[in-house]
Amino acid sequence: MLELIRQPWPWYTSGIVIASIMVMLLFFGKSFGFSSNLRTICSACGAGKKVKFFDFDWRAQTWNLLFLVGAIIGGFISAEFLSNGEAVQISQSTVEDLQQLGITSPDGMQPEEIFSLSAAFTLKGFLILLLGGFAIGFGSRYAGGCTSGHAISGISDLQLPSLIAVIGFFIGGLITTFMLMPLIF
Amino acid sequence: MKSIKFIIAGIVFGIVMSKSEAISWFRIQEMFRFQDFHMYGIIGTAVVLGTLATFLIKKFKMRDYQGNPIVFTPKEKSVPRYLIGGSIFGLGWALTGACPGPMFVNIGYSYWVILIAIGGALAGTFFYGIVKDRLPH
Repeated sequence: MLELIRQPWPWYTSGIVIASIMVMLLFFGKSFGFSSNLRTICSACGAGKKVKFFDFDWRAQTWNLLFLVGAIIGGFISAEFLSNGEAVQISQSTVEDLQQLGITSPDGMQPEEIFSLSAAFTLKGFLILLLGGFAIGFGSRYAGGCTSGHAISGISDLQLPSLIAVIGFFIGGLITTFMLMPLIF
Repeated sequence: MKSIKFIIAGIVFGIVMSKSEAISWFRIQEMFRFQDFHMYGIIGTAVVLGTLATFLIKKFKMRDYQGNPIVFTPKEKSVPRYLIGGSIFGLGWALTGACPGPMFVNIGYSYWVILIAIGGALAGTFFYGIVKDRLPH
C-alpha cells in the first residue's frame, strides 16, 4: 500500500481531490482562491497604513492563511514520507525541447538550473525567480485571481471573466515558453 | 479548534499537488508546450466535477455548515483587466513553474529558493495596490 502511495499519483486523483477541496471550502462558507493570501500577507505586514488597497480586515482571511500553512505542511509530508524520490516522468519531447535550452532532464521535482541554491545565487537565476514571482503577484491581483480562483472556482461557476483570465494565463505562458525562454536560457 | 479544518484542507491540497507533480516546473513546461495530457487532466477533472457541484449547490439552494446560503459572487464584467492581468500572471507562471499555491507547497518540499519568487510575488501584489487606480480595469 505504502509503495503505491509513494508512486506519483495519476491526474484524475488530483482533479477529484482539488474539486473536493473547492466544494468543502464552499460548505465551510469560504471560497477557494489562493492568491488573495498574498494581499492578506501585505496587509498583515502593515501595508494598509500606506496603501488603501491593503486597508481591510485581513483577520477575516485568517482561515486562508491557515490553508496556506497546511499547504506547506502537505509539501513537507509528501517530500519526507510519501516520496520515492524518483524524477518527474515528463514526456520525451519536453525533455528534448528543454535540453536544447540547456536544461537537463529531470532528476527530482524541479530543474537544478533554476531551483538549486547555486543557480539562484547568480544574478540571472535570482532575477528569474524574483521577476517571475513579481509577475505572478502583480498579474493575479490585477486579474483578481490565480489558477484556483479563476481556472477552478470561476470556470466551475461558468464565469466569463474567469475564462478570459485563463486565456490570458495561456497568452502569457506561451510568450514566456516560446519567445522569452530561448532568450533567457 | 474551528480553525483546524482549514489546516487539514491545506495539508490535503499540499499532498495532492505534490503527489500529482503539479508543483513541478517540468510539468508546467510540458503543459505550455502541449506535450502531455497530465496537467490538462488535473485541471479538466477538477473543472468538470466543480461545475457539476456548483450546479447542484445552486439548483438545490444548499447551505453551508452554519446554515447560511452558499452564494457565488459574479465577477465584475471587464475584458482588459482579465486579459492583461491574466497574461502578466502567465508570463510568471511559465517562468517559475509555480502558481501561488504550489509556490508555498515548494517551501515544504525544501526548495528554499522559491522564497525569492514568493518575495517577488508579495512585491508584485504590493505594487499592484499602489498603481491600481491608474490601470485599465
